[in-house]
Amino acid sequence: RTLALKMAPLRRSSTLRLTGLLCLSFLVFFSRGFASHDVVSEKSSGTIQEDSHSQANSTAHKKTFPVLSFNYEHVRTPFEISLWILLALFMKLGFHIIPTVSHIVPESCLLIFVGLLVGGIIKATGEQPPVLDSNLFFLYLLPPIILDAGYFLPMRSFTENIGTILMFAVVGTLWNVFFIGGMMYAVCQIDAAELAHVDLLSCLLFGSIISAVDPVSVLAVFEEIHINELLHILVFGESLLNDAVTVVLYHLFKEFAHEQTITVTGAILGVISFFVVSLGGVMVGVIYGIVGAFTSRFTSYSRVIEPLFVFLYSYMAYLSAEIFHLSGIMSLIACGVIMRPYVEANISHKSYTTVKYFLKMWSSVSDTLIFIFLGVSTVAGPHTWNWIFVIFTVIFCLVSRVLGVIGLTAFINKFRIVKLTKKDQFIIAYGGLRGAIAFSLGFLLDNDEIKNLFLTAIITVIFFTVFVQGMTIRPLVELLAVKKKKESKESINEEIHTQFLDHLLTGIEDICGHYGHHHWKDKLNRFNKTYVKRWLIAGERSTEPQLISFYNKMELKQAMMMVESGSAAKLPTIVSTVSIRNVPTKGAPKPSRAISKSREEEIRRLLRANLQKTRQRLRSYSRYELLNDPLEDNISEARFRKQREMERRVMTEPLEIEPKCNKGVYQTVRGLSILHQNRFRTH
Amino acid sequence: MGASQTRLEHNYDDLTEKSGFSHEQIKNLYQRFQQLSGNNEKISRDDLERIPALNNNPIRKQIITAFFDKRNQHQNDVGSLDEIGFEQFLMVMSHFRPVNSKATEEEKATVRKQKLRFLFNMHDTDNDGIITLDEYRTVVEELLSQSGAIETEVARAIADAAMLEVASTNVPHMAPDDFYEGITFEHFEQILKGIEMESRMHIRFLDKNAATMRCGKLSS
Repeated sequence: RTLALKMAPLRRSSTLRLTGLLCLSFLVFFSRGFASHDVVSEKSSGTIQEDSHSQANSTAHKKTFPVLSFNYEHVRTPFEISLWILLALFMKLGFHIIPTVSHIVPESCLLIFVGLLVGGIIKATGEQPPVLDSNLFFLYLLPPIILDAGYFLPMRSFTENIGTILMFAVVGTLWNVFFIGGMMYAVCQIDAAELAHVDLLSCLLFGSIISAVDPVSVLAVFEEIHINELLHILVFGESLLNDAVTVVLYHLFKEFAHEQTITVTGAILGVISFFVVSLGGVMVGVIYGIVGAFTSRFTSYSRVIEPLFVFLYSYMAYLSAEIFHLSGIMSLIACGVIMRPYVEANISHKSYTTVKYFLKMWSSVSDTLIFIFLGVSTVAGPHTWNWIFVIFTVIFCLVSRVLGVIGLTAFINKFRIVKLTKKDQFIIAYGGLRGAIAFSLGFLLDNDEIKNLFLTAIITVIFFTVFVQGMTIRPLVELLAVKKKKESKESINEEIHTQFLDHLLTGIEDICGHYGHHHWKDKLNRFNKTYVKRWLIAGERSTEPQLISFYNKMELKQAMMMVESGSAAKLPTIVSTVSIRNVPTKGAPKPSRAISKSREEEIRRLLRANLQKTRQRLRSYSRYELLNDPLEDNISEARFRKQREMERRVMTEPLEIEPKCNKGVYQTVRGLSILHQNRFRTH
Repeated sequence: MGASQTRLEHNYDDLTEKSGFSHEQIKNLYQRFQQLSGNNEKISRDDLERIPALNNNPIRKQIITAFFDKRNQHQNDVGSLDEIGFEQFLMVMSHFRPVNSKATEEEKATVRKQKLRFLFNMHDTDNDGIITLDEYRTVVEELLSQSGAIETEVARAIADAAMLEVASTNVPHMAPDDFYEGITFEHFEQILKGIEMESRMHIRFLDKNAATMRCGKLSS
C-alpha cells in the first residue's frame, strides 16, 4: 500500500485526466443512448412494417431466416432504466475516485451538475429530456431513502428530543408556510413585478410547497459533515416529521385554491385532518410493523426470504398510507422503528447484513438518481423567470427559517435540560435544506402559467440551498467548532452503566414521587418485555435481557473479526497484555482452578480448527437454498452460544490445582479470550 | 406541623446554598419527604422500601443504601446511617440536579465528578476506594436479577469481560504476573468518558408548587 501511495503522485495527473475523460465519454454515450432511442424505435418500426409488407406480397419468395435481428422496442424500458442507474453509479464512483473535489463539493452538488450536463447534451441533440416524474419519485425513489433512515434511526436520541423535533416540524413549518406565503403575496402586490395575477391562496400553496425541510438533501449533506448526534437528529427528525404538515397544507390549499374561498369549516377540517394524517400514518406503520415482526418469528424455516419480508412490509406500509392520503413517510418510519428490535432478534445474521446492505444500496442509488434527475429536469424547463419573485423567495426562505428557529428555540429552551446554544441554532437554521420533494410537489400542480413560475422559484431555492448552503456548511462547522460525532466504540461498560443509570434514575423518580420521563420509559420496557416480546420473538431469545443480547452481539462481532483477520499475524486494535488472570477476586479462599497446559493446547486446537473451516470452499450450490456456509454452521448465534457454553464447562472443570496459583482465580470467560491471551503470552 | 414549617422556612436559604435547589423545589421535596416519613422528622430504610413502585427495580437495594450512605453527604464521613433527616435527603437528591447550561467547563467537570462519585460509591460497597471483580459481579447480577432465571455464569462472564475491558483500556500492558486490583475512581472516570454524565444523570425536579393543600402562610 505504501508503494502504491508513492506511485500515486506520479500517476495522479494522468489518472485524473483518464478518469475525467472516461466520465465525459460515459456522459456523452449515455445521453446519446437516451436521445437516440426515438431514432432507433423509428427504424425498428420501419423494419417491422417492411417485413409485414414484404410478407404480404411475397408468398413465392422465401424469407431468409434472420440470423441476427435488431429489436430494441422489446427491451426499451428496462434498458433505459438500467442505463440511467448505471450512469448514476458511474458518477458516484467517479466522484469518489477524484478525492480533491469531494472535499470541497458535496456529492449532491456534483450530481445535480451532472444532471445539468446530461440534460444539456440531450437538449442539444434536439430531444426532449425526461423530467422527474412525480409518480416515479414518490413511489419508487423516495421510499428506499426513508426506509433506510427510519430503520437505522437512533431511537434513544430521537425519543429524548421528540418534543423539540415535533415543535420544529409542526410549528416551525407552519410558521414558514404562512410567513413565506404572506410575504410573497405582499411582493406580488408590487406593480413592478407584474405578478398581480398570483392571488393569496396560490401564494400560500407555494409557501406550503417550499417550506418543508427535505430529508433527502439533509441526509445527503449532513452525512458528509459528521456533526454530533443531537444536531443531526434534530434537523433530520424535523425533516421526516414535517411531512404530515406538508401533506395536509398542500392538499388544503390546493382545495382552497380550486374553490377560491376559505371557509372556517375548511380551516377546522384542516386542523383535524392534520391529526388524522399524522396519527393515521403512524398507526398504519405500527400495524404493518407488528405484522412484520410476527411474521419474522416463523421465518427460520426459510431464511433466504427473510430480508424480503422486511422490505415488503415496509413498502406496503408506505403504499397503504398513500392510498388514504395519510403521511406515507411517517408510516414508513413507524413501521421500521417498530419492526426493528423484534425482527433483529429473529432473523439470522446473514439476513440482517443483507437487509442493512440492500437498504444502503437502494437508498444510495435513489439518492443519486434523484439529484441527477433534478439537474435534468432543470434543463427540461419550461421556465418562467421572474427576477423579483425568485429573489424574494430565496430571501424570505432564509429569513423565515432563521426567525423561526430563533423564536422556537427561545421557547423550547425553557423546557429543555440540555439547552440549545447559539451555535446549535445556527446549524439547525442553516441545515434547513430544500430538495426534490418540493420540486415533485410543485410538479403536481395544475398546468398553468403560475406553475412554471413556481417551479422556477422552487428549483432556484433548491439549487441555492444545496449548492451554497451545502458547500459552505462544512467549513462553517469547522469554523464554529461544532461538536462532531463521537467515535463510538462499543463498550460493555458503557452498556452496563447505561442500563444501571436507567434503573437508578427511575428509582430516584419513584422516590421523588413524580412520574417523569424515566418512569414511563421503564413502564414501557416492562410491558414490552412481559407481553410483546413473547409474541413477536421466537424461541428463547424472547426472554433474553438486553444486556445479554448486547454482550452476545459483541462477542459475535469479535469472533467475526478474528475470523476475518485470518492468520495469527493480525491482532486486534487494543494490544493489551491483560488477561483475566490479572484480575484477582477477593473473598474467601476459593479453590483455585487452573487449566493445564495440555488442556489449553487442546482447546486452542479446537478453536483454530473451527476458525479454519470457514476458509474452506463452499461445496454445494443451489439457488434456492442458503449456501452451505461453514461460517454459518459454526458461528450461528445459537450454536455459538452453545459452543461457548461447552467451552466454559470444559474450562471450569476442576482440573489439576496448581498450588502456587492462589492469588488469581482463573475463571475463563470465552475460549476466544484464551486464544487472545495466549497470543500475547507466547511472544 | 406549624413549628417544623417555620423552622424549615428559616433554613431555606441555608438549604438552597448547600444543595443548590430552588425554594420551590425544596418545598416540593419536603412535602414528599413528609409523605414518605409519615410526618416524622426522619425516614428509615423501611420507609423507602415501602414505596410500591420500587418493587420492580432490580437495583432498589443499592439505591436505598445510597441514601443512607454517609459518603454521599458531601462530607468526608464514611459508614452508614440508620435514619436520615430532610437535609440529608436533600443532599443525596442534589446529585441528580441537572447541570446549569450556563456553567463553565470547570463547573461542569466538577459536577460530572460528583455524579460519577455517587455512582462509584454505589458500586464500591466496602469503601476501599476500588471496585473489585466481586463487587462488579454483584452489580451485573443485580442488574440481571429481574430477568428471570439467569445463570450466574452469564452474569459473571459479562462482569469479567467488563473488568477486562477496563483493565485493557487503562493499563494496557501488564505482565502475566501483575495484578489489576480493581477499578479505581480515575479508571472509572476514564471508562465512562463516553457517557456525558452531566447531561445524562439527572431528573427533572418540579419547580412549580404542586401543593394542593397549604396550611399556614409561607413567607416568600
